[in-house]
Amino acid sequence: MSLFKLSRNGVRMLKELFIGNSLLVTKASHVRGPFFKYLRTLPQPQPQVQVLQGFKWQEQRLYSTSGPQNGCNEENEPKETISVTFVLKDGEEQQIEVPVGMSMLEAAHQNDIELEGACEGSLACSTCHVIVMDMDYYNKIEEPVDEENDMLDLAFGLTETSRLGCQVIAKPELDGIRLAIPAATRNFAVDGFTPKPH
Amino acid sequence: MALFRARALFCRCFSTSASHPTHICVVGSGPAGFYTAEKLLKALPNAQVDIIDRLPTPFGLVRSGVAPDHPETKIVVNQFTRVAQHQRCSFFGNIKLGSSISLSDLRELYHTVVLAYGAESDRSLKIPGEDWYGIHSAREFVWWYNGHPDCRNLNPGLKTTDTAVILGQGNVALDVARILLRPTSELGSTDIASHALEALQESSIRKVLLVGRRGPVQAACTAKELREVLGIKNLHIHIREADLLKSPTDEEEVKNSRIQRRVYELLAKAAASGPPHSGTGLRELHFVFFRKPEEFLSSVDEKDHVAGVRFEKTVLEGSSPGKQIARGTGEFEDLDCQMVLKSIGYKSVPIDGLPFDHQKGIVPNIRGRVVSYISGDAIQLEEGLYVCGWLKRGPTGIIATNLYCAQETVASICEDLDKTASGSSFSSSSKPGREGLIHALDDQNVRFVPFSAWEKIDSVEKRLGSLKNKPREKLTTWEELLKVAME
Repeated sequence: MSLFKLSRNGVRMLKELFIGNSLLVTKASHVRGPFFKYLRTLPQPQPQVQVLQGFKWQEQRLYSTSGPQNGCNEENEPKETISVTFVLKDGEEQQIEVPVGMSMLEAAHQNDIELEGACEGSLACSTCHVIVMDMDYYNKIEEPVDEENDMLDLAFGLTETSRLGCQVIAKPELDGIRLAIPAATRNFAVDGFTPKPH
Repeated sequence: MALFRARALFCRCFSTSASHPTHICVVGSGPAGFYTAEKLLKALPNAQVDIIDRLPTPFGLVRSGVAPDHPETKIVVNQFTRVAQHQRCSFFGNIKLGSSISLSDLRELYHTVVLAYGAESDRSLKIPGEDWYGIHSAREFVWWYNGHPDCRNLNPGLKTTDTAVILGQGNVALDVARILLRPTSELGSTDIASHALEALQESSIRKVLLVGRRGPVQAACTAKELREVLGIKNLHIHIREADLLKSPTDEEEVKNSRIQRRVYELLAKAAASGPPHSGTGLRELHFVFFRKPEEFLSSVDEKDHVAGVRFEKTVLEGSSPGKQIARGTGEFEDLDCQMVLKSIGYKSVPIDGLPFDHQKGIVPNIRGRVVSYISGDAIQLEEGLYVCGWLKRGPTGIIATNLYCAQETVASICEDLDKTASGSSFSSSSKPGREGLIHALDDQNVRFVPFSAWEKIDSVEKRLGSLKNKPREKLTTWEELLKVAME
């Protein structure tokens, strides 16, 4: 199943690579990082192990505090960023600049914004759930794959414009996007949410 | 984020290091325990948090519950490991509440005790023959294939039968079905216990029946697990078309619940996908709806060996969506099988001195505060005692549910600490905390397993695993685990 998922991710990533904006070729060389890593691992014989290595690597990326480079500036090109506003659990807003190609989960973590990421972006949990606050922006993001929808099923306070932060990748069209982090405690305690069995 | 958080906490700790730290003990090191510890460390800069566990290994069901072919789900242990390594946090493995140390002693030692020890028993069907050979709870089977030291010797008879019946259709049932039916070549590169892998390689089971009392609309699984089991190679899925018919109430349920809708759609699609491909080694998975177990049938040759299950057919009763129950019709059907796995729910185990609601199988609580009794409007709380996770809300939900559950319990703890600090003598009362615990364990001659010793186990397991192309080869006996830990 991991291989399946891996290939799904791979396909998704491929799709993103060729989606029409010439991101990969000219700008945002950091896009290479995760994508190429995944693609490279595809044909190898032990999918599980490879997946885990991929995660380990991703984790380093996620939790790296090595400043603005983060291994994504290899070619010293001017980095393109978009503006993203997170609406935090307490209603406070925080605007950050996110390099094109970076996931919102990663961007949140780099900016010390409290967004959980239990599975570190591997589409196995729903803890990085964010709500896109404007339908127009929501429509500009690629449709969620089945695996993301499966996880969104279990997200607290799901809305029509809910996405997983790890699957929303910064691209120029998303400049100005606003993302709310659901105040899950409220849902849990008051709205009588009955969680589905594990 | 965690790194930032840790750093922030680190600084705060220095600036506010109080003379009287608040000593908190969390019992249980699964997701509920670790999320509680994480939130406590963050919310209370002067808290010392100790996590105890009866096993020498941490992480509870992430280690012994999450299926071996779900490595992504286990990534959360990275986060839990950072919590355990926090300078104000300690892990004490191999400490059993109630025998290594009593609850009352623990409450003497710590300002606050949070019980998050989960549900280590099973609900029972209360029908004849439940204890026969060949019948196990899904929990035991899961512990067995995940290398839990308490089920190392379960030896389910996989070679003596071609049919297994699983009672229940939740995610645990689906996990168990998947492990039974998935090609073992695909399991070989997971962290599945080697004794389980060997047994599965020799398994003669070709047909698995997943039986539920209600219909496909009420199936308790989630889409991810269902999609997975439906996608197994060379597996033919049987679902009776007639079972897929929806009543008006069913329609309402499907409309109201995204998750039920998506599960139903997957089942309907699988049912429509046509006849099996011919081929050798084909295995079958049958979804059997509207059947309630009535009694177990014993083998003619061997008494007390299961040879089948008698089911009563059911219909749904009740017209409010989400509340339909299965009622027996008086019509029966027997299914042959030599193995039955009961996946009808876990149950928490009470301990001495702890209020317990035997009906619900949980500790009575208000937002995590343990309630000793309620009479009329008067509610008596157990001071300094809290619950989180399955012990608090029952055995449902995903790992992330514990995050919100922990948030709620920790909010209650913080409110209570604030209250007592501003009013009573609490602020000046100091408790022995960690040092006291170590003393008490020493007196009892109990050797605990610190987190550093778990890290030894961890690295041994990973090294053994790398020899077999597995992420880890779990140590599965108490002796092995303790030997490596105490070396």
